[in-house]
Amino acid sequence: MAIEVRVPTILRTYTGGEKAVTAQGGTLAQLIDDVDASNPGVKERLVDESGIRRFINVYVNDEDVRFTGGLETAVSDGDTVVILPAVAGG
Amino acid sequence: MRYDSLLDAVGGTPLVGLPTMSPSPDVRLWAKLEDRNPTGSVKDRVALAMIANAEKEGRLRPGCTILEPTSGNTGISLAMVAKLRGYRLVCVLPENTSEERRQLLRMWGAEIVSSPAAGGSNEAVRVAKRIAAEHPDWVMLYQYGNPANADAHRDSTGPELLADLPEITHVVAGLGTTGTLMGLGRFFREHKPEVRIVAAEPRYGELVYGLRNLDEGFVPELYDDSLIDARFSVGPRDAVRRVRELLDAEGIFAGISTGAILHAALAQAARAVEAKVRADIAFVVADGGWKYLSTGAYEGTIDEAEQRLEGHLWA
Repeated sequence: MAIEVRVPTILRTYTGGEKAVTAQGGTLAQLIDDVDASNPGVKERLVDESGIRRFINVYVNDEDVRFTGGLETAVSDGDTVVILPAVAGG
Repeated sequence: MRYDSLLDAVGGTPLVGLPTMSPSPDVRLWAKLEDRNPTGSVKDRVALAMIANAEKEGRLRPGCTILEPTSGNTGISLAMVAKLRGYRLVCVLPENTSEERRQLLRMWGAEIVSSPAAGGSNEAVRVAKRIAAEHPDWVMLYQYGNPANADAHRDSTGPELLADLPEITHVVAGLGTTGTLMGLGRFFREHKPEVRIVAAEPRYGELVYGLRNLDEGFVPELYDDSLIDARFSVGPRDAVRRVRELLDAEGIFAGISTGAILHAALAQAARAVEAKVRADIAFVVADGGWKYLSTGAYEGTIDEAEQRLEGHLWA
């Protein structure tokens, strides 16, 4: 088992065009490190000194991690992580 | 109920229980029927508040041209208010919005400028800002950053919910401009701070997230994440499934975004049941389903509906 991470179009240059990658970790931060190990450069686009970048949203099982502990949000096998750029509604 | 004019009839919408979908007598769901507003959506409150506020500030005078980026409902509401108050309205509308919205805008007299489908509302905002720079005399009300948008809900939707449901524990609404949730958040943080404010955000097809670079991302100026407690991303599959359940079980015919909002509300209900706590969960029915019939969301299998919505701005 592993955790599926869905990658938006704009970051697929780092994943060889793959829409989703699998990775492991107990927290979102560890998971992103693991994704970055096999897809170097992804982490820098997702995270800066203050945490998740302003125009990036990350969801674990559809819930925005900014409300569940940010990068320290716990993840486990079978979870789905979705990364999306922030866009307007309305 | 009697009102002096249509504009006086904005707001004061019914709050309706969901006896079939509510999991138990202790965990109840309530639908705030914003489709009962004059043009059929929650945005009538916002349009009226933004125009009234701009008039009060002296930014709008009779004969002015209003410009607004909108994926539909705000534009339709602005068109109605603008017509009655004597303004011209130019809307910047993404190409991938339903035909019904375009027809309704034209009916109420709005002029439409189309913005490219790729990039969705982000692109509409960008185009509108460019047009605003070319026409300095036009007034862009700019729902994404206009405090009157959120204030409309702080001053009307919020008080209505608390008056009708004093035992309220959760409010769930859609996140687009963020105005509904910012206003409700401010109202409940002040008047009943234990109420959980929950956002349901539509997750569209990839086309909509097709930014050229991440710096083109967009967070509405109104957004303050301290005013909400949880935020869920809901895709078209869950939205369609729930909007059909709402009609089947409760007879309520709502727009697709309401399916996404109901999905998040049901998740809160399930958590309350699991935790064995009482909950009264109110959610906002943003509009009715009429404007989305041509999308095919209400017919055929869920798979077919999901495919048809690919690339659409369905909320």
